[in-house]
Amino acid sequence: MVPELGHFALILALVFAVLQATMPLIGSLRHSQTLIALARPLAWGQFTFISISFLALLFAFLADDFSVVYVAANSNTLMPTLYKISAVWGAHEGSLLLWVLMLAGWGAAIALFSRNLPLPMVARVISVQGMVAIGFLLFMLLTSNPFDRIFPMPIEGRDLNPLLQDPGLAIHPPMLYMGYVGFSVAFAFAIAALIGGKLDSAWARWSRSWTTVAWVFLTLGIALGSWWSYYELGWGGWWFWDPVENASFMPWLAGTALIHSLAVTEKRAAFKTWTVLLAISAFSLSLLGTFLVRSGVLTSVHAFATDPTRGAFILIFLCIVIGGSLALYAWRAPSISDGGRFDLFSRESFLLINNLLLVTLTVLVLFGTLAPLIYDAAGWGKISVGFPWFNTMFIYLSPLLIAAMGIGPLLHWKRDQFRRLAPQLGLAIALTVLVVVLAMTLLQPAIGFGLGLAAWLLTTHVINLFDRSKRREPITIGAGKRNYSRSYYGMWIAHLGMVVFIIGVTLVSHRGSETDVRLSPNGVYENSGYRFQFNGVEVVKGPNYDAFRGEFVVFQDEQEITRLYPEKRKYFSGGMPMTEAGIDAGFLRDIYISLGEPIGITGDWGLRVYYKPFVRWIWLGCILMALGGLFAASDRRYRPQRVASI
Amino acid sequence: MSKTSRALIPLSIFIALAALLFYGLQLNPREVPSPLVNQPAPALTLPSLKDPQQMLTAERLRGKVSLVNVWASWCPSCRQEHAELMRIARENNDVQVIGLNWKDTRPEALEMLQQFGDPYAEIFFDPDNRAGIDWGVYGAPETFIVDAQGVIRHKRIGPINREVWQTEMLPIIEQCRGQ
Repeated sequence: MVPELGHFALILALVFAVLQATMPLIGSLRHSQTLIALARPLAWGQFTFISISFLALLFAFLADDFSVVYVAANSNTLMPTLYKISAVWGAHEGSLLLWVLMLAGWGAAIALFSRNLPLPMVARVISVQGMVAIGFLLFMLLTSNPFDRIFPMPIEGRDLNPLLQDPGLAIHPPMLYMGYVGFSVAFAFAIAALIGGKLDSAWARWSRSWTTVAWVFLTLGIALGSWWSYYELGWGGWWFWDPVENASFMPWLAGTALIHSLAVTEKRAAFKTWTVLLAISAFSLSLLGTFLVRSGVLTSVHAFATDPTRGAFILIFLCIVIGGSLALYAWRAPSISDGGRFDLFSRESFLLINNLLLVTLTVLVLFGTLAPLIYDAAGWGKISVGFPWFNTMFIYLSPLLIAAMGIGPLLHWKRDQFRRLAPQLGLAIALTVLVVVLAMTLLQPAIGFGLGLAAWLLTTHVINLFDRSKRREPITIGAGKRNYSRSYYGMWIAHLGMVVFIIGVTLVSHRGSETDVRLSPNGVYENSGYRFQFNGVEVVKGPNYDAFRGEFVVFQDEQEITRLYPEKRKYFSGGMPMTEAGIDAGFLRDIYISLGEPIGITGDWGLRVYYKPFVRWIWLGCILMALGGLFAASDRRYRPQRVASI
Repeated sequence: MSKTSRALIPLSIFIALAALLFYGLQLNPREVPSPLVNQPAPALTLPSLKDPQQMLTAERLRGKVSLVNVWASWCPSCRQEHAELMRIARENNDVQVIGLNWKDTRPEALEMLQQFGDPYAEIFFDPDNRAGIDWGVYGAPETFIVDAQGVIRHKRIGPINREVWQTEMLPIIEQCRGQ
């Protein structure tokens, strides 16, 4: 009964989406206040019904209702409650439901927090959101219904993919999806503005905070995914240039370009068409990412053939969304004014450079991700675009990006004199060179490169902070002083996050060590100043798995500092064994041990021992970036009371 | 360039890319029906993967319904379907899963089995695509259903998962069982 209720609610949500996509838009074009006024109630209605549907599926999982195919395929009675909940979005159908729930949630949030927007604008934004929702709801109802029943009902479910049974991964998809779906708001604002033909700085201001919030979620989602793969996959890596990761990284790059471009559009009314294109791109890449990951087309082109209806639907939907918005763009863009002029040496120029580099990186990642697919599909043979290719691209382009990132914030809008900045830039260059020389002589040449970038970014930003505090009022966060806003601090913190991130990446890449060792019980191994004593492996039982668990005592300077318990789990539902690394996390270094294979019958084990200096800084950097985003988005000029008084 | 034509650039690029992708997908020869279906299985005389001394023939396929699975250690989709093959082998005593290890090397193939388990009742070792040509193999993984009389009843291209097993393969196996 409950699953049918969920299914029915989903159908009603589709009806609401259709009304939402049409009525308010027609109203805004015909100046009918009645139709325009429908926008908000319709958005709330759609959200209500999708919530009911989502709760119905959640209930089916909690009640172990294996008569629902999707539940039977992804849950089982032994699973801990947390994973029964996260299993709701553990596979294709449920993750789509989560997607539409979030889409409707963002829609309802717009309806709620848009008191300061002109009503026709709200109506159009909500309409565009409704159009996207139609596509997703149709896709679910026609090809991927999570409420399909199975008869006879299985006695036991099949279990969630063991890889996904982890707290990190329970919250990773919702975070990521909040980001993906959040870009639909920027997209809807851009399309609504194109329809209305009015791209002014008010439009940029409204969409800016929403976009930044979406970007914050995406940043955290990606960081969580990276952290998860680090401790769960047992290879000690934090980023693999895996197509699934790239699928989330592309919208991030485009979204990063977008929030910077929006800054220019808001402050200087320039880059308007460029901003619109970025908003369309960021959301298109989010759609592509969702589908690439969920259709399985990445693991094998064959996956498309497993279910041609899904494949065809996805392609058509993507074509309508992207082609349609670009056609609208082609029609409307010529009438949009170019906006403020600026000199070569100005903040606009450097933001433009930053944008072009970010877009270049996006295109490169897109190419690297899709090339193997296109080659395979076209029958040109198999190619693999891997780690070295992506790394090389980023190593070539990142110095340019970082250089621009350091200078940009120091510059004035519109026009600046190089003479004014020469002493500051000179100081930053001198300090950077000092760091590079020190790192190269004391550590190793390759580290000089990475730390040099970090030093450049840090010195320019510290100089910028001092410069500002000298010229303006004292530093008081959020006190509402002229231009001395949360927006500025947000930028500063996010860029500081980049510094921390670069330091982490550089040190873990060049100073870390990874060794494969074979140890007998009570054997000892020494590395990087640590001594590892292996106390053997025992068998332990989990709720839905058996595991081998090793015990290691780690000594430093003859002092025991920690005990690590890496595991190798075999889930009852079958599949490959899962590694749970034993990690001693620290601010300056991680010690990481994962169990390989037993060797012989004497209790010997093959082990992987990693020493990872500064690895936490990678995620700390991401958290700082996200925090910066939050600061910027909470700037008072985005809050209703201020804007309403204009 | 005029503003109007400049505004058309993004759309044109997208249309070009979409056309290319669409054309690419059309080219994919994935739906080629195998002419071997409902024909007796072609010759299959190859050494065993596990015991190089032992020669195996197509006789090995008689007497039981067989799933002949073409696989290789270098093929990611094969790893993906491996757990499902393990389950099929475990749960269907009247079906034998026969491996055709294709364009692979012996140590790498054996290592993969050691790592992920071995669902195969027997494995034919075909490093040079000798049997592969007769069987019309053009990629791994592929899986043939061969009935107890040694007649090929179905060919599956691409990895097997639970859904494929239940909707596509099981009905044909039921027919074979009914004979």
